[in-house]
Amino acid sequence: MSAQEDRWVSSFSFLLFCAVSIPMLGCASLLQELSPHEYFSGLQASKASLAYFSHTVSAGAQPFLEQIENSVEALHDYGISVVKVKCPKEDVSRYCGKENALRKAYLFRGNVLIREFPTDALFDVNSIVANVLFALLFNEVKYVETLTDLQNIENALKGKSNMVFAYVPATGTAEHRAVMEVAFVYGTVHQFVLTTEATLLKDTGSKEPDVSSAQLLFCHCQQVTDLAQPCKRTPLEQDLTVLNIHRHLKLMGAPLVTEVAEDPEEVSTVHLQLGLPLVFILSQKETYEADWRTAEFLAWKLLGKAGVAILSRDRVNLNILRRTNVALKTPDEGVPIKYLLLEDTEEVITLVEDKSKVKQIQENEDEDEEDEDEKENDNQDMQDDQVVEAVSRDKKRELPLDQVLTLTEETFHSAMLEAAQTVVLFYASWEAVSLAVLQSYTEVADHLKGTQGILLSRVNCWDWPGVCTMENVTQFPTIKIYKKGEQPITYNGMLGTEELTSFIVLSQVSCPLKLATMDEAERYLRGELPSELSSYHHSLVLGVFSTATSKVREAFTEAGSILSGHVTTGMYFEDDVLALSHKYAVSPPALLLARSSSQRVEGIALSKENAQDIVQMIRYELLDLFPEITVQNLPHYLQLRKPFLILFSDGDIGRTESKEMLKLARGRSQQAFVSCWLNLKNTPVGRGVLKAYFATIPSLPALVWVNLHAGGQVFKFPSEQSITEINILSWLEKLKAGLEIPSSTLSEEDWKPPLPAYNFLQMMEAAAPEFTLHASSHQEDRQERQQLEGSEEKATVRGELTEEVGVKAEKAQGPGRDLRGTAPRLAGREKQARRHSEL
Amino acid sequence: MVRYLEDFAAILGLRVRYDTAVVHVTLEKDPRAWNGHYFVLSDQNRQSYKCSCLLVATGTWVPNVVNFPGSEYVEGYETVSTNPEDFAGQTVLILGRGNSAFETAENILGVTNFIHMVSRSRVRLSWATHYVGDLRAINNGLLDTYQLKSLDGLLEGDLEDLAIVKDKKGKLHITLRFYLENRNTSAGIDGITLPQDELDNFATRAPYDRVIRCLGWKFDFSIYNRSLRMMPGRGNKSKYPQIKPSYESRGTRGLFVLGTASHSVDFRKSAGGFIHGFRYTTRAVHRLLENRHHGVPWPSTVYPITQLTNSIIKRVNEASGLYQMFSVLADIILLRENATVFEYLEEYPVGILAELETQTGRKASAGLFVVVMEYGRNFSGDDKDVFYYNRAVGEAQHAWQSNFLHPVIYYYKRLPTEREMRLHPPDWPLPRPDAIHHIVEDFLTDWTAPNAHILPLRRFLENCLSTDLRNFFAESCFLFALTRQKLPPFCQQGYARMQGLTGSERLRRHAVEAGLLEDYAVMDFSGDKLPDSRQGSRDHLLKDHVIALRPLHHFVNAKDEF
Repeated sequence: MSAQEDRWVSSFSFLLFCAVSIPMLGCASLLQELSPHEYFSGLQASKASLAYFSHTVSAGAQPFLEQIENSVEALHDYGISVVKVKCPKEDVSRYCGKENALRKAYLFRGNVLIREFPTDALFDVNSIVANVLFALLFNEVKYVETLTDLQNIENALKGKSNMVFAYVPATGTAEHRAVMEVAFVYGTVHQFVLTTEATLLKDTGSKEPDVSSAQLLFCHCQQVTDLAQPCKRTPLEQDLTVLNIHRHLKLMGAPLVTEVAEDPEEVSTVHLQLGLPLVFILSQKETYEADWRTAEFLAWKLLGKAGVAILSRDRVNLNILRRTNVALKTPDEGVPIKYLLLEDTEEVITLVEDKSKVKQIQENEDEDEEDEDEKENDNQDMQDDQVVEAVSRDKKRELPLDQVLTLTEETFHSAMLEAAQTVVLFYASWEAVSLAVLQSYTEVADHLKGTQGILLSRVNCWDWPGVCTMENVTQFPTIKIYKKGEQPITYNGMLGTEELTSFIVLSQVSCPLKLATMDEAERYLRGELPSELSSYHHSLVLGVFSTATSKVREAFTEAGSILSGHVTTGMYFEDDVLALSHKYAVSPPALLLARSSSQRVEGIALSKENAQDIVQMIRYELLDLFPEITVQNLPHYLQLRKPFLILFSDGDIGRTESKEMLKLARGRSQQAFVSCWLNLKNTPVGRGVLKAYFATIPSLPALVWVNLHAGGQVFKFPSEQSITEINILSWLEKLKAGLEIPSSTLSEEDWKPPLPAYNFLQMMEAAAPEFTLHASSHQEDRQERQQLEGSEEKATVRGELTEEVGVKAEKAQGPGRDLRGTAPRLAGREKQARRHSEL
Repeated sequence: MVRYLEDFAAILGLRVRYDTAVVHVTLEKDPRAWNGHYFVLSDQNRQSYKCSCLLVATGTWVPNVVNFPGSEYVEGYETVSTNPEDFAGQTVLILGRGNSAFETAENILGVTNFIHMVSRSRVRLSWATHYVGDLRAINNGLLDTYQLKSLDGLLEGDLEDLAIVKDKKGKLHITLRFYLENRNTSAGIDGITLPQDELDNFATRAPYDRVIRCLGWKFDFSIYNRSLRMMPGRGNKSKYPQIKPSYESRGTRGLFVLGTASHSVDFRKSAGGFIHGFRYTTRAVHRLLENRHHGVPWPSTVYPITQLTNSIIKRVNEASGLYQMFSVLADIILLRENATVFEYLEEYPVGILAELETQTGRKASAGLFVVVMEYGRNFSGDDKDVFYYNRAVGEAQHAWQSNFLHPVIYYYKRLPTEREMRLHPPDWPLPRPDAIHHIVEDFLTDWTAPNAHILPLRRFLENCLSTDLRNFFAESCFLFALTRQKLPPFCQQGYARMQGLTGSERLRRHAVEAGLLEDYAVMDFSGDKLPDSRQGSRDHLLKDHVIALRPLHHFVNAKDEF
């Protein structure tokens, strides 16, 4: 059997070779022209031939004849000769006599007529080859119309041989031809079954079959022993072409799991040869049996996508870390084998599927590249800036700006006198970031609607550059808060609705607040004072000073005004200050902190005497010990420039985990790294982070150590261990000792230009320095000049060039194209629909 | 005009000495002076003035005079009556073909019998040459009456060959110097041959009542001592003193020429000879002197690199100096500190680019951009058809062929040397750059279109700087911050400094739709909410992870489920 198969395969490869090479050879001579006598007497038994009869060529049959002539070569490969039989005029025999017969083609095997084809069944080469082979391979390819027929065939095959089941929407198509051509080779190995009934497809397991496209399934019936058990099916996931089907059948024929006892680098299987990856299950004696079953399970899942091999570590002396259990070898040369530690077969599958997806995309790109030259230019003028694109997609919508006062050069100064606090957004109506902020600004205006003493306004610096220059606005957008009689404050926080709203609200109070009595100080620490802010959660700082510490007090006053809008500051330096400081166990000068997140008041000694240092200190002290990291607060922690220990969680983290992590954060090591957690529900982009780290989303919660600022290694805390302070600390020790392998390393790559620019310099130089479109009238001058230069080479080049220009200019004279200049790019707008799909 | 100057002097508190004519300027060597010498000026009252630095803004006030027989009958533009009534019914000949000649003609066109204009060169129309010194359309009514009604007329001829004779009735006849030289001296006026005697359809055979000279002006060189070496320019620039592109005299250090007289720098190219242009070049000279003598460097603003595209777009749309003094004044962008920061210098004379560091007191060590406005090369010019089809370019990728005034940005990795400046290609205002960008001309002269103007500019800048200048929402920056060791400049200078761009939910959606932002929140929903089946299955996969964790080694049981 296998010898025969080999022969078939080799003849098949020969066919493939022919199919590739024939178009170049142009074997027109293969079409024989014979008389009826010559033809019928020359027919050899068991040799098939397709014949058609003609007197003279009638006009209607012409296209059909052409197609038949075109398919001569294709049929020749299958040993089928095509004969044009010339009927003598007087002949009235069976084939030549009837006018009707002349509109048909006849398939003979030997001198037995197998089928006659009406010409409309033979409309092109595909249909001719498909139909002829279909007729010849009557036994090898069964045609079924009902489910029962299919099941009968399937049942009959169980335990004996495998089945190839193909659905084509119609016969005579290219897919039909491909199936037939493969059946010609594999017909004796597998049973082929063909249908055009879409209903049969529904039952094959694919839930939503696409009946418009052909499909092929390999049914593994040979190993089915129990008649009641259905055959497993593996669909071909690519288009039905001879090559793809052949490849699929080859893969199905390969052993499910290959046992390997050599270095994986040396191993080569059908899969690798066919460009598919090979997954190694790294096993050992103790678990070999179980691993074999895992491998088999995986092999079924990956059938047609990747090969699976099992490697016993005991038999090969490999320098592979004991901890890895899976290896992946890709068909690309020079790519080292990847050794991985995976927990779940699903991970292997996603790994393989993602890989093949990536590869497919790459392949497509490669194909595209050939006709890429023009496309490259197309890409260049496609917007790849997410902010610009988002804003321009929204430009038709009118923003609800009724809560925001529009200021001009004339109204600006009078408007500043109206409210106690005027917020001004300076923006440029052409600039994307400004417009994005303007959207958030309208939301801020909505939040603050009805708040006394706050006026939100905007100045479009594109219309009123003067006032923007006067107000020292050098970049867009700029947000300033003007208070009567004070220097305006420039907002320098996150350009988002919440942050800006809170800044505006907190800025109402001039900080630091001087508190006059103990009671006021207490109420301030409880958030009840100042009353404007009592309904806002915010962090507060109270400076406690004795009368002797005036220098520190001054520095604190300055720090308070710097932090104004971000943190509320107050100070207390009355005579009874000691009573207050005793209560919080500090001695002046000291700071009392109340975070927005907790009610507790903490006391810290104030040792700095410089305003900037105090600002730094307050900022640092206000950071949480074990924060939930979000898009908004990450930058605060990034500034510490420490490694991150992040607990990724889908939803809130468990109480015990939280407690353990907090213990860890409080511990002695807290200076060395930032421990935090990330709630994927609140920060979905965290999934993107996990994908970048592990290619797939690992089981959650996942504890990850990221060396953000040094080396970029990412380590994952073993998920079988429970998250406790002790476990984590010992794991961290191992990390430090270099005993763990990183799951991945963050890219160190610089941010390069996403796409090239137009090379105008090259274009200008190619066109000679003095080149313009309008050069035609100066041809003579130029040629004279060239002669003076005496450079013949240049002269010819430029001569050609000016000719070209002449042509262009002539074209340009044509009427009706005159709007081009005034309404440019209208024609090019369609292109806008295409966008970059990635950053 | 007078009021404008008065206002100017009043606002700036200038101490102007009126009614003072400087009649002589000389040098006095003195090592204490800024430039090694003092300028000594004497006025008509023999009072003298001494200074270290002399700014000459005397314009070109000496009328050009042509001497030919009979030129004594000619009236000058500077003295001729501007009252049209004085010309009622007269036949007038105007010598010259500039704006003043046409202005004079325009003024009296309605009342004269007819007007003829004679000059050596053909008429040049400013809308064809893009040079305001050529005939402006507001003055060219005479072209209509010439071409459409055949009343008034233009003639070309060399004035040197001309002669004018006055007959007894006071009418002026045109003849040629050639005839005059051969005349019979005793015969008086009747003895002079007139061209029409031989050629009876000679164009200017009709006698004229008046001949007006409108031949332009030149700089007054007469008051300068030889030691100042104030030399007239060469060729058609002879009416202007020779100066460097820094507006300093070629002959004397410390002497600067301003205003119309400084036009030799950009004669027939830009607007330096006219008030709308020289007010910018004068300011440039002020800044050069501030740096040279007072140690005040050229004013500049420092921005983070993320503002590079925006600052260029803002300037090319708003800067009047760049616009009026196209190809002469340029904005200079000096890169600093690994191109994370840049310094913006406005309206620097492009001709002294090589001396930038000494002239401005700024450092150009890490490369620079030069932003200028240019017309298409060879588009405009004498006798060119500036109305041909497809004269305007609409596609950004063909921007280099733009014909109308448009911004051009030159990139140099290092400052060009003086030698390179001297050898620059004839049609280029600057030496060959390392890269060049044209922002495509715009019908509205508004270069703020995101895709046609800003995007190609950003790509150019990105490729010069080899970085990524895109804007990102905070969410993208968050992802980059946790998954890459380096951040793009926008995130580095914004998000990482707690100034990220959060963006509204609506904009986020748009970005997701455009495929420029991945929406990870989608994964939270269960698979059936998604139309895309493939995505759905991936969701399913995710859910599996969350619900049941099956370590690889224990997975064997699952086989039966399959």
